[in-house]
Amino acid sequence: MTELFYSGALVAVIATLLVIVQTNVVHALIYLVLSLLAVAVVFFSLGAPFVAILEAIVYAGAIMVLFLFVVMMLNLGQRSRDQEKEWLPARTWFVPSVLALLLLIQLVASIPTAGLNIEEIGARAVSELLFGPYVLAVELASFLLLAGLVSAYHIAKR
Amino acid sequence: MSDPIVRPHSKSWLAKFGELVKDTLTSQVVTLWRVFRHLFVATDTVQYPEQQPHMFSRWRGRIILTRDPDGEERCVACNLCAVACPVDCIALQKTEDEEGRWYPEFFRINFSRCIMCGFCEEACPTNAIQLTPDFEMAEYKRQDMVWEKADLLIAGTGKYHETNFYRVAGKSIGGKDKGEARNELPPVDVRSLLP
Amino acid sequence: MQWEVGSALNIASILVVVIVFAAMLIWVERRLLGFWQDRLGPNRVGPFGLLQVVADMIKIFTKEDWIPPFADRFGFVLAPTIIMIVILLSFSVVPFAPGVGIVDSNIGVLFVLAMASLGAYSVMLGGLSSDNKYALLGSLRAAAQMVSYEVFMGISLLGVVALTGSFDLREIVLAQEGGWFVVPQFIGFVIFLIAGVAESHRLPFDIPEAEQEICAGYHTEYSGMKFGMFFVGEYLGLVLISSLITVLFFGGWQGPLLPPLAWFFIKASCFIAFFILLRAAIPRPRYDQLMSYGWLFLLPLSLLNLLITGVVILSAN
Repeated sequence: MTELFYSGALVAVIATLLVIVQTNVVHALIYLVLSLLAVAVVFFSLGAPFVAILEAIVYAGAIMVLFLFVVMMLNLGQRSRDQEKEWLPARTWFVPSVLALLLLIQLVASIPTAGLNIEEIGARAVSELLFGPYVLAVELASFLLLAGLVSAYHIAKR
Repeated sequence: MSDPIVRPHSKSWLAKFGELVKDTLTSQVVTLWRVFRHLFVATDTVQYPEQQPHMFSRWRGRIILTRDPDGEERCVACNLCAVACPVDCIALQKTEDEEGRWYPEFFRINFSRCIMCGFCEEACPTNAIQLTPDFEMAEYKRQDMVWEKADLLIAGTGKYHETNFYRVAGKSIGGKDKGEARNELPPVDVRSLLP
Repeated sequence: MQWEVGSALNIASILVVVIVFAAMLIWVERRLLGFWQDRLGPNRVGPFGLLQVVADMIKIFTKEDWIPPFADRFGFVLAPTIIMIVILLSFSVVPFAPGVGIVDSNIGVLFVLAMASLGAYSVMLGGLSSDNKYALLGSLRAAAQMVSYEVFMGISLLGVVALTGSFDLREIVLAQEGGWFVVPQFIGFVIFLIAGVAESHRLPFDIPEAEQEICAGYHTEYSGMKFGMFFVGEYLGLVLISSLITVLFFGGWQGPLLPPLAWFFIKASCFIAFFILLRAAIPRPRYDQLMSYGWLFLLPLSLLNLLITGVVILSAN
């Protein structure tokens, strides 16, 4: 599981970096999907298969599809790619990335080397928690989503 | 199905729901069943090379040149077929024999151009050029699609057995002078005053 | 080596059988469509035309694999591979028979849904990177259609999941020993069937690739084996949906007399034939009809179905 975790994390980091430096929006979105899937693998390796698969369904499968859908409508061509390139000169990214690298080194150094004892939390355990102690939060969130749904329906109807 | 634009005074929600159920259930399921039943209906396919399709006598296929009942060429090289041809696939040259009969010196049909429209047959005043119910004309070389008179001319009369142009027409040829054709009166002697 | 879930022999044979079966479907579909239209269909190559698939494969492999110069190479090459990978991965959680299967995951149903939602990228990227107006229109339609019908697909399955109490497909099959889930979950079954057709964008819901309106939709610019992958991917999707219906609603491999694999094959084949019948019989709906049908009819119906199932299960306990 440790190898799975590290490989997933590595893919996630590289893919996220590529999201930032890509000038083509569609490519950036593909890398973002890849990054989300890698995060799902990380969740899986940490013993949370339910969360992992929900990450894949909701984020990678639905929300990113809508992002791509919007990008399709925008008709981005060579001009937007050139503009992206202009917006990313070395002097803007150099200092933040050096600082981030320092943080990353600290983070890697502080990772506990002792093996984590991972116990798998399945769908049943998650739902028992959600509909047990946290039922109020779940209900509130669902009310919020229902309100969003109803208002979206209302807007679409007009 | 429901209209995409919802109008304020459209049908009630329940009526639309009922329509939807009717459309999706009754109509679609009935369609499925009717199409499924075709599994047990005999197919219409004719398995062509093993099984010859039934050809009708008016089928417009391979073009032939026919002979009249006397065994002479019907074609009088009038060029009407070549003029009528929409794709200009017919080429011929008129010549005359010593008897005065007109006939084509060469008669060439480029079947790689021919669209089998049958206009040549309609245009032909002597029923010489005819279309036959034969369609198996594939060749490996394009040049083989050009048929000469020897390839086109058949021994018989084709579809129209009676037509015999020189026996009807007034033109004099060897062995038949003016006025000797079928249903033809002898030529009027313009120098005589007798009726 | 022996037949146990996840052995190398098992994985290899499932992979080969599924791909060969999907390829053979090209012939099966054309033959069946022929019979339903009072024709014979392809019957020339080999006995009954069985080798038609080989002929098609030779043609498609030797064709020029052309990438348009105006296309975005990255997305263009990536798109057809996604659909194959995603659908073949979905087969990994399908239990074909006792001891035949690749993984028995406790999140099997969710895994299939996740893979189905990732399949949307194939269609969208294919259309977007082709840089062709028909392809773009096709992928726009595909995106909206697949995202919407995923929702009903997921909700229609939840009734079965609630009855079993598990996301594991093998446990779902085992739970149907007493009776198939199609009886208590008939509405769920119908919705899953419709959503499955829409999800694999086959006729009558082939709106993303409607030939008469938008050429071939998202795969207008594809040729050669890249087109072949979209093509086989569609048939793989058909096999997957049929297998899932068999597993979820029709008791999987269970049945008297015949061996389990045979039962699975018979049941899945019936649904494949039914999908082909749908193609032969039902005309394509308009795009807005598809969307309003989904959101205004299927969504409330599937929610209602889930609600009633929940009430029944709770009151039975």
